[in-house]
Amino acid sequence: MTRFLAKRFGQAVVVIFFVTVIVFLLLHSVPGGPAHGILGPKASPQAIAEFNRVHGFDKSLLQQYWAYLDELFHGDLGQSYTLNQSVASLIGQRIPKTLVLTGMSTLLALVIAIPLGVWQARRRKGLTDYAVTTVVFVGYATPVFFLALVLVIVFTQKLPILPAQAPQTQSIAGLFADSRALILPVLAGTFATVAAFSRYMRSAVLDNLAEDYVRTARAKGASERRVVWLHIMRNSLTPIIAMLGYYLPVLFSGALVIESVFNYPGMGLLFWNAAQTSDYPILLGAVLVIALATVIGSLLADVLQAFVDPRVRGAIK
Amino acid sequence: MSLNAPVVAEAAPVRVAGSYRRMASLFFANRLAVTGLVILAVLLLFCFLGPLIHHTDQTHTNLTGATLAPGTQGHLLGTDDVGHDVLGRLMIGGQTSLEIGIAAGLLATLIGTIWGAVSGYAGGWVDAVMMRVVDAGIAIPALFLLLVTATILRPTVPVQILIIGCVSWLVPARLVRAEALSLRSRDYVQAMKAMGGSHHRAVLRHIIPNAIGTVVVNATFQVADAILLIAYVSFLGLGVPPPKTDWGGMLSKGISYTYDGYWWLIFPAGIAIVLVVCAFNAIGDGLRDSFEVRLEGR
Repeated sequence: MTRFLAKRFGQAVVVIFFVTVIVFLLLHSVPGGPAHGILGPKASPQAIAEFNRVHGFDKSLLQQYWAYLDELFHGDLGQSYTLNQSVASLIGQRIPKTLVLTGMSTLLALVIAIPLGVWQARRRKGLTDYAVTTVVFVGYATPVFFLALVLVIVFTQKLPILPAQAPQTQSIAGLFADSRALILPVLAGTFATVAAFSRYMRSAVLDNLAEDYVRTARAKGASERRVVWLHIMRNSLTPIIAMLGYYLPVLFSGALVIESVFNYPGMGLLFWNAAQTSDYPILLGAVLVIALATVIGSLLADVLQAFVDPRVRGAIK
Repeated sequence: MSLNAPVVAEAAPVRVAGSYRRMASLFFANRLAVTGLVILAVLLLFCFLGPLIHHTDQTHTNLTGATLAPGTQGHLLGTDDVGHDVLGRLMIGGQTSLEIGIAAGLLATLIGTIWGAVSGYAGGWVDAVMMRVVDAGIAIPALFLLLVTATILRPTVPVQILIIGCVSWLVPARLVRAEALSLRSRDYVQAMKAMGGSHHRAVLRHIIPNAIGTVVVNATFQVADAILLIAYVSFLGLGVPPPKTDWGGMLSKGISYTYDGYWWLIFPAGIAIVLVVCAFNAIGDGLRDSFEVRLEGR
């Protein structure tokens, strides 16, 4: 177990190293470089040269990368070009709101998707299975922004019962104070996740239905309900846990779109606005934070899976 | 390597005369896949041959004929906010979406196949390093990366194809690598190497052709994902520059008119995206069935 943990941890460190290299190289392919961003497009060549000398941008690529890593270790992601604030504090302010949004919609999605997947697997190849599969296919193929627009048209225009804009607030408490405005953004995020996870759950349950322990449990006289909802369900959940770690980039991409549609004040909206104004420190800072979250998330998912599932534990010994 | 790597079927695919015909019959037995194929064919005809029948001006704006409701003045789906016929726009927008989606999906498959085959065949630390690069790429969401590159480069069609192709090859790389890992120790690969065959030959003539089922099935999913990705980028306002457009871009313009009730600026493009992505996914499902049965039938 210790060997597995050490190896998996080592891999995560290497992956993080590659992520920093990719982000650093992107930062360097930005036209004009940071000097243009901070001094403006009309800066004189002398001013740019001076700026580059002061900030060390005239050094070799390797030295600059080292300096970049050093700043990262001190939690410094640079300074926004347009918002006159450090990227770290901007992201720090916004990320909890994005987590509230994605957390709620993912939780809701799992609550729907897990029983749905089990239910479908038990009616495999039946009419209801085909019907749900079709809905899931369409759900998977529907871009989040289109779904969000349909929700807005239905629930704010045809049936004007919900506000179309997310809560406009600086604090987390403010989000919940205006909870009705949270409904549409959360629902939009839920739909696509239900489509993906009910599919995983369905195939995980199908795999488990053919296992020996299911036959044993049935032979011992366990009721079908007990077999499915206790034995199979528990064993099918581990791949779902593992998937969640790898699903983080998809969740963040969804948040980016949903936040821009509903004007939700999270990290996605920050990123989108930064893309409009070419505010590279924010763009690349956000990319780095999300990538780190994903690497750590999938590491935790793998470790958790190893602890929970004795079969996985046996395989890595 | 993650714990939930796909398990590779052990049986080696052996080409037997008639095996393609059997695969075709299996594919056509899958009703969902056939429906997907028909939808795709109709959409391709609509986008690429449609403009020959339905002539519209998609370059000049005509503000006096803007946002006409469907059915007025011969505009079957009405006109958009600058007077373009929506039906005609759906056709040329579809051309962009399909061109970028298909080309980028194929490019991603090509890069991923070569990367995965080399990595799995090489094994050892080369494999470890190449796969960590893939992990790093997977950790960075493609949509975020695309928005960053769209601010650096002008997003023309070839640029979009290149960028989407270069950010979405990671999944095929993982799948092919898993296959290559098991294929490289097969007797026929070992025999070929003992006879003095090069690594180059092993990868190109033995590893990749034997992983072709995985590659083809994954290619259809890659195209579906690429079409969605391009729609997202355009929707967020960083797609191909006007007067060109694509389905995501059409929707992006339509969103400004949600409260005016101009549904024809939103629904046709949105439904077109859903249809084409569903079609590609259904075709991929059908292909997977026919390839899997071929493997198990031996």
